[in-house]
Amino acid sequence: MRNEMKIQFSALSQNESFARVTVAAFIAQIDPTVDELTEIKTVVSEAVTNAIIHGYENKATGMVYIEAAIEEDTIHLTIRDEGMGISDLDQARQPLYTSKPELERSGMGFTIMENFMDSVEVISEPSYGTTIHLTKYLTKNKAMCN
Amino acid sequence: MGLAVNLELKHTVLCIRLDGELDHHTADMLRSQVEDYLKKHTVNHIVLNLEGLSFMDSSGLGVILGRYKQIKSQNGEMVVCAISPAVKRLFEMSGLFKIIRLEEDEELALQALGVA
Repeated sequence: MRNEMKIQFSALSQNESFARVTVAAFIAQIDPTVDELTEIKTVVSEAVTNAIIHGYENKATGMVYIEAAIEEDTIHLTIRDEGMGISDLDQARQPLYTSKPELERSGMGFTIMENFMDSVEVISEPSYGTTIHLTKYLTKNKAMCN
Repeated sequence: MGLAVNLELKHTVLCIRLDGELDHHTADMLRSQVEDYLKKHTVNHIVLNLEGLSFMDSSGLGVILGRYKQIKSQNGEMVVCAISPAVKRLFEMSGLFKIIRLEEDEELALQALGVA
């Protein structure tokens, strides 16, 4: 059975915590490990922060959209903004690359998403926004496949 | 849940103790608090105690790297201590361990800097 939820909220940094805690509470029902829960919270934080800082350049009028679905032991997340978009995706996904070094960004957001999730798909169009699709298979599922 | 920042000067070492969650929202606050402190006091080195940190993301890495560069530019050192396995993974991923020293706890961190 597929179980879904959607939230949307203003692109404000104080909502980063709200977003990751809400997604974590939703996926808790399929019993992830503590490590898996931390990984999910971290990637939600990364994607939402990207939407706020880069997508909307800190303009709070923008909205961030999250869809989460759990199906058996698989977690699907979609995090979307309608901001400025990313012109060079390959460059954006390079470890340590940041378009905003003056803001002390580490450039590790996409690298963390790739490390913590099983698949990361980024769709972006300049001036229309960015959508990130993330998928994670929980370990009990992996063990069954082996 | 936000972030509580405790700053204490031990000799000329600034101990920064974090309690809570370090993300983009709280990183800005941490950065300005530490920068203000460094302007008003003579600080040679920094010890960053992460014992009470329950969550951190790449924004945390950014602000830590920023403070490292700041103290390094004054020929100081930064030692990080009491780090959780989750935070350690992020440090390893970003290569931060190659430049920032790690110690078990605050006392050992202070010893490493020749204080305590």
